[in-house]
Amino acid sequence: MQARSWLLRPFSERSTQLFFGVLLAALVLVTVLHLAVPADHPLHVTAYTVNLFGKYLSYALLAVAVDLVWGYLGILSLGHGAFFALGGYAMGMYLMRQIGDRGTYGDPVLPDFMVFLNWESLPWYWQGFDMAWFAFVMVLLAPGALALVFGWLAFRSRVTGVYLSIITQAMTFALMLAFFRNEMGFGGNNGLTDFRDILGFSLRSDATRLGLFIATGVALALGYLLCRAIVVSKLGRVCVATRDAEARTRFLGYRVERFQLFVFVVSAMLAGVAGALYVPQVGIINPSEFEPIFSIEIVLWVALGGRATLYGAVIGAILVNYAKTVFTGVMPDAWLFALGGMFVLVTVFLPQGVAGLLAYRIRRQRRSSDETATPQEASA
Amino acid sequence: MRNFPLPWAPSTRAGGVVGWPWLLLMGLLLSVVHFPAALAQETDDQAVALLEALDVDSYVAKSEAVEAIVRSDDERARDWLQALLDGRLQRSDGGRFVVVLDNRGRDWPVADALTGETLGEMSRRELDRIGINNALRNQLRSALAVVDLYSPDLERRRASAERLLGEVDDDLAGPLAEVIEEASDDRVRERLSLALAIHRLEQGELEAVAELEGSLHPRVRVALNRAATGDDPQVAIAARDALGSIEQQLKLNRAAETLYFGLSMGSVLVLAAIGLAITFGVMGVINMAHGELIMLGAYTTWAVQQLLPGQPGLALILSIPAGFLVSALAGVAIERGVIQFLKGRPLETLLATFGVSLILQQLVRTVISPQNRTVVTPEWMSGSLAVNDALSLTLNRMVVLGFALLVFVGLMLVMRRTRLGLEVRAVTQNRAMARSMGIRATRVDILTFALGSGVAGLAGVALSQLTNVGPNLGQNYIIDSFMVVVFGGVGNLWGTLVAGLSLGVINQILEPWAGAMLAKIIVLVFIILFIQKRPRGLFPQKGRAAEG
Repeated sequence: MQARSWLLRPFSERSTQLFFGVLLAALVLVTVLHLAVPADHPLHVTAYTVNLFGKYLSYALLAVAVDLVWGYLGILSLGHGAFFALGGYAMGMYLMRQIGDRGTYGDPVLPDFMVFLNWESLPWYWQGFDMAWFAFVMVLLAPGALALVFGWLAFRSRVTGVYLSIITQAMTFALMLAFFRNEMGFGGNNGLTDFRDILGFSLRSDATRLGLFIATGVALALGYLLCRAIVVSKLGRVCVATRDAEARTRFLGYRVERFQLFVFVVSAMLAGVAGALYVPQVGIINPSEFEPIFSIEIVLWVALGGRATLYGAVIGAILVNYAKTVFTGVMPDAWLFALGGMFVLVTVFLPQGVAGLLAYRIRRQRRSSDETATPQEASA
Repeated sequence: MRNFPLPWAPSTRAGGVVGWPWLLLMGLLLSVVHFPAALAQETDDQAVALLEALDVDSYVAKSEAVEAIVRSDDERARDWLQALLDGRLQRSDGGRFVVVLDNRGRDWPVADALTGETLGEMSRRELDRIGINNALRNQLRSALAVVDLYSPDLERRRASAERLLGEVDDDLAGPLAEVIEEASDDRVRERLSLALAIHRLEQGELEAVAELEGSLHPRVRVALNRAATGDDPQVAIAARDALGSIEQQLKLNRAAETLYFGLSMGSVLVLAAIGLAITFGVMGVINMAHGELIMLGAYTTWAVQQLLPGQPGLALILSIPAGFLVSALAGVAIERGVIQFLKGRPLETLLATFGVSLILQQLVRTVISPQNRTVVTPEWMSGSLAVNDALSLTLNRMVVLGFALLVFVGLMLVMRRTRLGLEVRAVTQNRAMARSMGIRATRVDILTFALGSGVAGLAGVALSQLTNVGPNLGQNYIIDSFMVVVFGGVGNLWGTLVAGLSLGVINQILEPWAGAMLAKIIVLVFIILFIQKRPRGLFPQKGRAAEG
């Protein structure tokens, strides 16, 4: 009984109920508008748009993962892009193996780029990726293992705050340089692409796209639930205490680094899942996902949406990426201005993000109607 | 961030190991087509006199005239002598000296011997050949080899001596020995002795090996290698020994070269990071736009050079204060516009300044151009300083190295010896206390930030001499800069210097066997691990704070 209620406890919260309601409604609405409404109708949602929404949802999951460590643990990770990309590469390797002999060179085992590089056989770390279950486990394990090693080293030495941000960024940068190398066996500059099908479904069919969109929505819901469950548990309280006064929490007898490590690894795995869902939808994974700017952008989504709320991260990810889609289509030169401006404006004028604005509105309304105190989300 | 910071590729100059006969031929062809007209006019009278002296009947007089041409510093001397040797130096009916370009057929295309201008075809009847005999022919051959050795221009004498290495034959050996006696320049003499020694080694002379042993010139090694596999066992053994000791010296030189490139790369890192050591290390402000301040400095150099066309040296010197000012002002704007509102919230500062960096990058892309701009390197900074035959140090890197040290000393003095430095240290140690002592903390903040940003501008000026100036310039250095500061120990300028230089050297040592990319990755991983071991860097600040 106890174990089950642990994961279900967040459902007693208004915000979780609302979040699940909205997410479910959105998934159903998009599906219906895509399938049931005829193509020439103005309300019809095209396969392209479904795909785009799927991409946004995987970004949203990534943002939730970042919010878990930044909002509740005070760790500003500039390395989540790397975890995201590692998950993506694990999925990409699976999809690559699924191509089989349909590649340009027609080699039944070796991916095209390896044939091109005159490789004789598959490197050992590519073994097993022809099996879906193995690849899906690696989606969790690869980023998880990196986070475990990195976090263990960092938290044990009490590297926190800005220093942690800088070395996570250095880690991402080093990984990017590594993945750019052809010798690494991950396709170098071009990355992995030309995917054909996933679990037997063609990636080029609209039905698969819709399926991936729904799968991403479900993954987001589960990820959100997991994070929410962590946050409202006792563990989450310790995390918040660590965020607000690390030394004091330590003095109270908590092994702070263990909590940090656990949450960091969970977050990295979630980021990996997000990456794995992202790759089949965009059809490519290359080292540019490791670019430090991407990792910082994720943090902006969270900041814009509102830290330490989780749903704020989802809002932020979707808002910023929608803006990016619009801007890069209409006036690509202005996008970096807009992005940079958002960074400055949000941090200076909107430290609580959009979610903070909403909460403020709600609180003011409530105060005028009755005097019940709402639990206030603290933020540093 | 597709283009990585790889500005360390040593700029090798094309080595001139082309045999002199080829140079001569090429020189001839080129000079026929392309003559420096302005110069030709000035020395025309003299040149005509030199050529007139050739057009006499007596071979003794001709021989003297050849000698005179050799000793004149006329650029065309070699062409004349060559033409004379080939029988192509002729005099037209009009008394004009011409060089026949092609003496087949009835009508010959000719060029003016003085101006190099092609004069179209002339009938062979119109032309009068300046004849030579065998004695003169031999004299000309030797003269051609050594003609530049008599040039009053030292550089040409040296270049000519350089060309003779490994090219000496029996005919030349005699005249060269004389030239060595006369040569006033040590370098010319050393080169010529070496050339003679190579010749003597080729003749199988054992003593020559000892003379060659100290030289690192590739030609010497070629000669010794040949001797080592030669017939004479005694010479072969000596040559092998000599080669061994040369190899030892080469190793040392290679190590010195690696050290030099490492220090040079390190000096760039120090320059890029030292401004950050002020703003991040001393003030505790994370400025992710630091790289863009470097970029602004580099663009300032470019702009100043655009304003002063044709004077890259002056422009470069002027852009030192200009770059400092531009970046310092930009820094003040960032501090006042963004950072002051985020005091005590380092993570937010990081994000906001990152936003600023994006805006600055895009601004440069929109206003100037997304393409790289070329910044001209002034003459006194280009070229290299040859320490010996195996080691030459590029001047621009040396200047940057010196500049980095100067900036470091300057900053050290500012922080240690001036009122501002005192106030900065006071404010960072205990802001409230400093304020109650009457220090205007806000003003100190602004000035410190301006100082750190200005130094970033200086780094940009220096970098413009080593790498491409483009909108991504700063982005390429920001992570490295933070690494250097954190590695060295935040708040410690000495730490930044030591960290920057040692990282540069480590990188250069790794590069030969790991490749540039992997070397960088290894260094990054090393720093990440190092920070776990010593979270406060190489030289941690001593203090009582429980938390960093």
